Amino acid sequence: MVWSPPLRRFFSHPWVLGVLGILTVFVAWWLVTSSGMVDKLFLPGPRAVWLAGSDQFQQGILVADAVASVRRVFLGFMISAGLALPIGIAMGTNRKICHFLEPLMALIRYMPAPAFIPLLIIYFGLEELPKVMLIFIGTFFFNTLMIMDAVKFVPSELVETALTLGGRGLPILTRVVAPFIAPQVLDTYRINMASAWNLVIVAELVAANEGLGKRISLAQRFLRTDEIFFGLIVIGLIGLIIDLGFRFLMRRACSWAN
Amino acid sequence: MHLQVSQVSKSFGDGRDCKLVLQDISFELVSGQFMALVGSSGSGKSTVMRLIAGLEQPSEGTIHLDGELVQRPGSDRGMVFQKYSLYPWLTAAQNVAFGLSLQGRGKAEIRERTSYFLDVVGLADAARLLPRELSGGMQQRVAIARALATEPKVLLLDEPFGALDLQIRESMQEFLQDLWKTTGLTALLITHDIEEALLLAGTVHIMAPRPGRIVHSVDVRLDRSDLRHLRVSQPFLELREELAGRLRSLDGSLL
Repeated sequence: MVWSPPLRRFFSHPWVLGVLGILTVFVAWWLVTSSGMVDKLFLPGPRAVWLAGSDQFQQGILVADAVASVRRVFLGFMISAGLALPIGIAMGTNRKICHFLEPLMALIRYMPAPAFIPLLIIYFGLEELPKVMLIFIGTFFFNTLMIMDAVKFVPSELVETALTLGGRGLPILTRVVAPFIAPQVLDTYRINMASAWNLVIVAELVAANEGLGKRISLAQRFLRTDEIFFGLIVIGLIGLIIDLGFRFLMRRACSWAN
Repeated sequence: MHLQVSQVSKSFGDGRDCKLVLQDISFELVSGQFMALVGSSGSGKSTVMRLIAGLEQPSEGTIHLDGELVQRPGSDRGMVFQKYSLYPWLTAAQNVAFGLSLQGRGKAEIRERTSYFLDVVGLADAARLLPRELSGGMQQRVAIARALATEPKVLLLDEPFGALDLQIRESMQEFLQDLWKTTGLTALLITHDIEEALLLAGTVHIMAPRPGRIVHSVDVRLDRSDLRHLRVSQPFLELREELAGRLRSLDGSLL
């Protein structure tokens, strides 16, 4: 196939191909459902999903669910990120602290967070606390160990230069280590935010009054596959927006690292 | 300024794994002097520098700067590493200002000194550029300006041009020679390149490896008014060949 240069330039833009990929699946979905080959109960069409969504929106359920889920994620993740930063830095800079904590964290990290749900419900009941705790447990150890690794990779020349320029103690941490690891820390948060987002849905599937995960499990009970599809799409979109937000933050705050 | 290194030995590890890297190193450095330590890899020359900088402690012997025992790093001993030592998130000017602001100097003073030292190394136009936008030679000049800005008593240069291309290396050697002449700084240069040592240093110590020790010292008396000419002059080449022969015999005895 011979492509004209402008066309080639158009298709070499990463966004164009990305949007094209999504459109392909969407069109295939639309074709399959509108052909009548598949039972509508199994695979609802785009229109049915859209209607289910706008129905939820008009009832105010959609916004309430999204707010509930996002709030849990942010609360749990903020505690996790806030604690992981000092502890990760401490582990990365102090060998004794690292030897003390690393085996413990490596062990807990491999315990699947959803397996803690029964315990959390026994300890904290069915309110917000167990869900927030689940997100904390599921992300804290990954956050900490990844930040520790980032600190270990700070080139010794950068620290030693600061020492020979008369720096000592805290300023080394705030003016050398912190700026150097900032891009990796933001990237760590971005990656682990995805699992926080996974876990909130899992927690809501088990026990919740509202939330995007709760809505899906309710829809299952009434065989409302259109609502399940809508829920999945919303969950994906919110996750994507959070991811893009982190990328934007990183480009703005750490332009030197790009 | 008087730097005195007295009978310094350094070993790493303990027990059976103990490895002696430096044995009985002694020399003195006074104001305005340019000294070089030359040796192949494994001769411990970088360790000498790290000991003087206070980044490591000698196992035996002492290092005194103006009568005071060196126990930790300080801004009276400025250091330039081989590479990767500029802060990549700071501009050239901010890198030069870094030590000054660590010392808590006033804003006006920092600005003034920063632009002065950027000018000294010929990079006034590059003040706002990030390290990644600078060539390797420019980066090292920023590192030198940064080390000079805090007015160290002695400048420690650890293979400062080791990572640069040959051509840039030569122009950087000329730059450093000019800088030494104009500012009257005191410098200790670590290098594996005999030519570099002879071009720049008034005193050259040759180091032998395993364990690192000084085996030969030369006072270099050459006309340094034109480095380009000096590089190819007969006395320079003879001296270079003599010292290269010594280094070769040191390496040869190990094989």
